[in-house]
Amino acid sequence: MKTLAKYAIPAAILCILPFLIDAAFGKTWVRIVDFALLYVMLALGLNIVVGFAGLLDLGYVAFFAVGAYLYALLASPHFGLHLPFWLVLPLGAFAAGLFGILLGAPTLRLRGDYLAIVTLGFGEIIRIFLNNLNAPYNITGGPQGIDLIDPVRLGPWSFGHSVYAYYFLFLFFVLFTAFVSTRLQHSRIGRAWIAIREDEIAAEAMGIDTRNVKLLAFAMGASFGGLSGGLFAGFEGFVSPESFNLMESVMILCMVVLGGMGHIRGVIFGAILLSVLPEALRYVGPLQQSVFGRIYIDPSSLRMLLFGLALILVMLMRPAGLWPSPTRKRELSAKGETARHENTNVYDAGR
Amino acid sequence: MEIFLQQLVNGIVLGSIYSLVALGYTLVYGIMGLINFAHGDVVMIGAMVTLTVIRLLSGSGLPGPLVVLCGLGAAIPFCMMTGYLMERIAYRPLRNAPRLAPLITAIGVSILLQNVAMLIWGREYLSFPQLLPAHAFPFLGASISFIQILIVAGSGIMMACLSILIRKTRLGNAMRAASQNAEVATLMGVEVNSVISITFMLGSALAAVAGMMVSAYYGIAHYDMGFLLGLKAFTAAVLGGIGNMEGAMLGGLLLGIIESMGAGYLGTLTNGAMGSNYQDVFAFFVLILVLIFRPSGLLGERVGERP
Amino acid sequence: MPRSFLILLAAILAGCAKHESGSELVIRIGSVAPLTGPQSHLGKDNDNGVRLAASELNASNLVIGGKKARIEILSEDDQADPRTATIVAQKFVDEGVNGVIGDLNSGTSIPASKIYSDAGIPQISPSATAIAYTSQGFATAFRVITNDRQQGEALAKFAVDDLKAKSIAVIDDRTAYGQGLADEFVKDARALGANIVDREYTNDHATDFTAILTSIKGKHPDLIFYGGMDAQSGPMMRQLRNLGSQSLFLGADGSKSPEFIRLAGQSAEGAYASSPGMPVDKMPGGPEFMKKFEAKYGKIQIYSPYSYDATMVMVEAMKKAGSAEPSKYLPWLSKVEWNGVTGPISFDAKGDIKRSTVTLYRVANGAWKAIN
Repeated sequence: MKTLAKYAIPAAILCILPFLIDAAFGKTWVRIVDFALLYVMLALGLNIVVGFAGLLDLGYVAFFAVGAYLYALLASPHFGLHLPFWLVLPLGAFAAGLFGILLGAPTLRLRGDYLAIVTLGFGEIIRIFLNNLNAPYNITGGPQGIDLIDPVRLGPWSFGHSVYAYYFLFLFFVLFTAFVSTRLQHSRIGRAWIAIREDEIAAEAMGIDTRNVKLLAFAMGASFGGLSGGLFAGFEGFVSPESFNLMESVMILCMVVLGGMGHIRGVIFGAILLSVLPEALRYVGPLQQSVFGRIYIDPSSLRMLLFGLALILVMLMRPAGLWPSPTRKRELSAKGETARHENTNVYDAGR
Repeated sequence: MEIFLQQLVNGIVLGSIYSLVALGYTLVYGIMGLINFAHGDVVMIGAMVTLTVIRLLSGSGLPGPLVVLCGLGAAIPFCMMTGYLMERIAYRPLRNAPRLAPLITAIGVSILLQNVAMLIWGREYLSFPQLLPAHAFPFLGASISFIQILIVAGSGIMMACLSILIRKTRLGNAMRAASQNAEVATLMGVEVNSVISITFMLGSALAAVAGMMVSAYYGIAHYDMGFLLGLKAFTAAVLGGIGNMEGAMLGGLLLGIIESMGAGYLGTLTNGAMGSNYQDVFAFFVLILVLIFRPSGLLGERVGERP
Repeated sequence: MPRSFLILLAAILAGCAKHESGSELVIRIGSVAPLTGPQSHLGKDNDNGVRLAASELNASNLVIGGKKARIEILSEDDQADPRTATIVAQKFVDEGVNGVIGDLNSGTSIPASKIYSDAGIPQISPSATAIAYTSQGFATAFRVITNDRQQGEALAKFAVDDLKAKSIAVIDDRTAYGQGLADEFVKDARALGANIVDREYTNDHATDFTAILTSIKGKHPDLIFYGGMDAQSGPMMRQLRNLGSQSLFLGADGSKSPEFIRLAGQSAEGAYASSPGMPVDKMPGGPEFMKKFEAKYGKIQIYSPYSYDATMVMVEAMKKAGSAEPSKYLPWLSKVEWNGVTGPISFDAKGDIKRSTVTLYRVANGAWKAIN
């Protein structure tokens, strides 16, 4: 009875949520929630890399782009291919995972800060290629992007542009990624990731194949990104390189950091918070107008300002995030042996 | 031939600027092992402050070069202060935290600096008035402008001064000691905290000069001009061997030449399939290749790998 | 309690969405443009054009289908962001607007057009020029401005026929706008017999153009065409002259701004650029429009005459159809002919304006002067 209540009540709430939102705020907000769900998937994917394995990836949006473009290429009039959704989506996730390994293999030997810059460069390279591969052969559509992408279709039933249908589809995949993340976290692999994050040398000494385990983190995280990208392409019907810039990577990182690195619920919370925030900030403009008679800070710049501040303040005040996992919090505020060890690490770094 | 020579000149000028900014990364990295992501944005602040002062003095009738010098005179202390505050507020409290923490704050500082600059100086591109003499000297068919000479000579002098400072002075000794082993340096009576502060301020002063040079050379300043410049300068530092001063200079020059030549000749080499649209990719490719094949850089020790 | 509250809320909202109030017909027109951010000055300009048209129509005793009608404008901010544009589109569909004037950019108009097309709501963009916007096959997408193909054609004709350029180098900024326009220009210039000697690229954040300009200089073109915005073309012009190249410089509407002259400084003299449509003082109804507009909102930026005309055309179609229902007046939009401030307006089968005009300008004594 108790377990029934534990699962049935949240399930019921999640099922009627879009209708409640529609009734209260209109379909617009259902669309916003749809986007938020996509970001939750992205944040969960990045959380595997950053939160579990402790590898800072600043080019994560590249995997999102790979998934989105693969879907767009295989299911649009661009090449005249209209492959079904259930085939293209896993393919996108797989391709993104492959890119993850491609990026990971040569760079995983690098220390965290180098890895950050290399992944950032990788993200930019992918974007620049997407933006330029329209000549001599038109592969990606270049800056014009690809439009008229097929909506998601299951058998005879097309999702069209129904925000409700996509809500349930995205919800399904969010639950799937959350489930996989949770299971991974408590598995042998998950513990290996955390061991590597905390002390790689010790982890290796304990018999963990750090290289493969790290590659797996990259591949898993990337394939979640690819999955989300494919769904994004089907939902929006239009992809162009400008949707996959560096600031998107930073925003996803913000979601993970703000919510609580390595804590699945925290990350979900962070993703929802930050994807709804810009919508809330839209009202700041008119508010300033009515109070001061002019707009001092544009909502879009206010958003970036807040992101920057949030990254600094969270790291200084609550390094484990707004909703930390109980164990991580303990580790990060460790004063004893762990902290001493990290301390010497910073100064001795391979010199 | 003259086009090749001109591209070489362009590359050397661009490379001198990269070197100057790369030194900032290398100095900080050498002492703290931290990549200061926001360093490129300090360059931007330098350019903006210089421009602001220039605008204030534009009606004063002072000669152009003097006005630019005044701008620089204001930008250097301003940037040094920015660097000092940055270290004090965002990095020092995290010195004993896990490595991920200061990296994330560094990204935060970079975003914050850009957006604050946007609030102060606006989103428009600011134009740098033609205060320095614009005439060019012919040189074997290529033309070299006064400002190009100024940039190369200026950064050469700055680097030489820095080199002397680090090798010959007490402060330099302290810096080198702190970079070898902070704990032991403390025991030997070195004030590690103030040495780190001074290092940040030195790097920021170089960034201020680079900012003035960039905006005077290209005639423009913008709140996001520093980010990509910073990344490329970082690449230059890695290419030369991070933590190594000569390496930063060499890496900067090499990267500048690679970019110039790449943008100039890739189209001809690939018969039009790829061209200057891939200009920004070169730096990242160089970075990845160096880190894979020679993580220590050209002149450095092996530090790129995980300890 | 919460359930009854929600039902109540839903009922209130449903009540709000009702169109009729008494015997008066309320026509709700959505106006969408970037009202914040770097393009907010252009966005507000567009919005003001729509508002001016609405206030004039309301004062003119508007009758549609025998009923007295009143126009209500709903303004939304798309922040020039494609994703936000779709959210705004969804919002307009939710609110059941009768028509939409917007978006300002091509990058936002294209994704939004899909949602309007699904809902059958006519959308007239006053300023989106990308070809893709009207070539997706949506019956609801219209524009009252010259598109990139028309502009590229006019630019190529000007370069080859008027400026007598035989060898041309082309640069674009790899944005949807710059690349689209440059490709059209190249196609048309080749067709007219010019030789494209070099094709170079930059991006919309770049400040250093010396490498590509040096390459171009080595090929000695008569003319350099740039597809992109003033923030790049201004400094580009300056660096070009500093390199000692004397090639002619031709930009498109992205370069035709005071900003270009400010950034290029002395080097701006003699540069050419185009602008879709014509200068306000040369428009048939331009001077009068300027007087009315400036009395109310201040200086015209660029596109407000177009957003004004777009609104007028939309209402004209409603009048002809005798209904403000989208499904009823949409067929009339493609038939209507309207003598607007910017000139005569009628749409072709795709939704593009039939009679397109492009004006060319030259910098003389630190200001843009129309030539022709």
